[in-house]
Amino acid sequence: MEISEAEFAVTTADGFEAFLDSRNEPEWLQQKRRDAFALYEDYSKKDLDPEEFRRLDLRLFRPNDYRIRSTGDDSSAAGQFNNLMTERGEFAGQVAHIDGKPVQSQVQAELTEKGVIFCSLAEAVENHPELVQKHLLTQAVQPDTDRFSAWHAAFWTGGVFLYVPRNVELTQPLHSLIGLSRSGTADFSHTLVVLEDGARATLLEETSSADANAAGMHMGAIELIVGAGAHLAYVQLQTWNERVFHFAHQCGRVAQDGSLQWTVSALGSKFSHVHQDVMLDGKGANAQVNGVAFATDRQKLSYYTRQAHKAPHTTSDLLYKEVVRDRARMIWRGMIDVDEVAQLTDGYQRNDSLILSRDARVDAIPGLEINADDVRCTHAATAGQVDEEQILYCLSRGISRQEAMHVIVEGFFSQVFDRIPVELVRHTLSQTVQEKLGFGLED
Amino acid sequence: MNALLKIEDLHVNVGETEILKGVNLEIRQGEIHALMGPNGSGKSTLAYTLIGHPKYEVTKGRIEIDGVELNEMDPSDRARLGMFLAFQYPVTIPGVKVADFLRLALSNVRNPDRKEGESLISMREFRTELRETMKQLNMDSSFATRYLNEGFSGGEKKRMEILQLALLKPKFALLDETDSGLDSDAVRVVSEGLSKLAGPEMGVLIITHHERLLEYNEPQFTHVMLAGKIVETGDASLAHELHANGYDSIRKRHPEEAAWEEQQQETAAK
Repeated sequence: MEISEAEFAVTTADGFEAFLDSRNEPEWLQQKRRDAFALYEDYSKKDLDPEEFRRLDLRLFRPNDYRIRSTGDDSSAAGQFNNLMTERGEFAGQVAHIDGKPVQSQVQAELTEKGVIFCSLAEAVENHPELVQKHLLTQAVQPDTDRFSAWHAAFWTGGVFLYVPRNVELTQPLHSLIGLSRSGTADFSHTLVVLEDGARATLLEETSSADANAAGMHMGAIELIVGAGAHLAYVQLQTWNERVFHFAHQCGRVAQDGSLQWTVSALGSKFSHVHQDVMLDGKGANAQVNGVAFATDRQKLSYYTRQAHKAPHTTSDLLYKEVVRDRARMIWRGMIDVDEVAQLTDGYQRNDSLILSRDARVDAIPGLEINADDVRCTHAATAGQVDEEQILYCLSRGISRQEAMHVIVEGFFSQVFDRIPVELVRHTLSQTVQEKLGFGLED
Repeated sequence: MNALLKIEDLHVNVGETEILKGVNLEIRQGEIHALMGPNGSGKSTLAYTLIGHPKYEVTKGRIEIDGVELNEMDPSDRARLGMFLAFQYPVTIPGVKVADFLRLALSNVRNPDRKEGESLISMREFRTELRETMKQLNMDSSFATRYLNEGFSGGEKKRMEILQLALLKPKFALLDETDSGLDSDAVRVVSEGLSKLAGPEMGVLIITHHERLLEYNEPQFTHVMLAGKIVETGDASLAHELHANGYDSIRKRHPEEAAWEEQQQETAAK
């Protein structure tokens, strides 16, 4: 069946109205989008935060070059992806989006019987509107944060919805793929995860490009809502090609005695600017944040992390490790915020970087803002280069220079890999790092 | 036939400074050589030059194994040809497990034509071999899962070097002060380890100030270095004599080199 193709500009009022018309959505949602677009227009008239964008040059980003597509090229599209995990893993459910359009959605029947929902966000709007309305862009990511959050809230298209009812525990992980396929596509995917009290789940998500040369943009958002005593492990493996602009607001909220283990891997994209916030809302809430970043060529990756302690006895532990090579640049800005009420908080952040070439650069800027008086908050940042003596030592044992680099880089990452409980993820990350090391070393 | 490591009129610079000033030495597989000499005479420079450390520049002369010239060869290829150095100060490689490192090294040395990414020796075969070798050297099996040299004591680091020597089975093993900085128990452990390994398949060059390593591994040849040259060669008794009496008699017998040495020390002091 031939479906006529529609494309929507993502910056103009005309484009927005046409986009709205193409969506068969309830009025509350359409109104939400209109409000967000109005915010986007307001923000677009204003300058971006000069402090935040001091190190980020957006001149090369031309949003008018990208379009939302109402129909995707979904002919066996999922098969074109280097989706590293699906080949090896066994999952309780899988959802895939290509160019913002859902192409696959399945979940084990026994989970559905227990009330678990795992599907595309568009399906969830249709079948579970009350759940979506309650949680979508209300508690975690706020549309009025800045131009990018408003933009996303106006145009979000694809995305995944996971809902786990009270005290339901998933033992097998779930998998989500968000793919870009055709050049010039704008992807506005949204990930919304809601775990009710006492629930447990693991979600592995990949964002990836089918075509190494297809330019694209991703204006995403991730919302992870973890109920009291619930536990969520969420992994995002970002391997866009080096022609994708990646923006995202990501936020996790953890209620009393809940825990969130969040692993981010930043390997792809031409340019990334990501806000990753964890909010510890309930007494005894805990978050572990792991970051693995590897930037090469002219990639520019910027991650702003925030650990917000909003209740007593909350703990957070962030470890980011990044490797930069060639002319790549990595920016990490980390913040621990402790509210007045959040006594007996334990907040930790650590950032280590390894710089493989002279022209590569890392800016690591840790920060603390503490308003309670009985807390333990520590931070540390280190930066170093690969020691030639380490390379020589490897060479002297018959290991080639390239393998020596791999050994040293993998060793550098191992401290953060060791914290990731899912073997499949560790293995996938290790392999991705190896592939990335495989080119460009000769010069 | 036994392989031959041949060093001919070797001159080596570090930066602008000439450290080795014409070294001649031949080592055959199966032989044990001791290399002695005062600090700064060039012993470690010779060892590093032989394995291809990029800081040491050969300005003249030739290094070869069975006629194959090593002068321009990459350190990794030299290792695959059978050259090994037990480092005086082994580096730490954080996050890299001893077993993983050794498996990679062994895969390359066993299969010198191996390219990056090609398959490694089988895990089962490797594990068995590693376990047996560690047992032979009285090493605790927990070593294998530790990160390479991270948090190792001086003695543990040296034993790790000996373990690598045992696994890689090089044709030529250079030991750079493997006995320094260790207490006497540790020296005994390392010395016994080496004596188990040295045999007809291995040529050994022991660089040392001490005698202990040589008690367990009696050299057929003792060479004395002074100011970048091998000035005397004798048998094991020369090593004993130098250990007992120091290098004054050597300096007396070789006034020209002794003068260079003095000059060098004065320059270094400035």
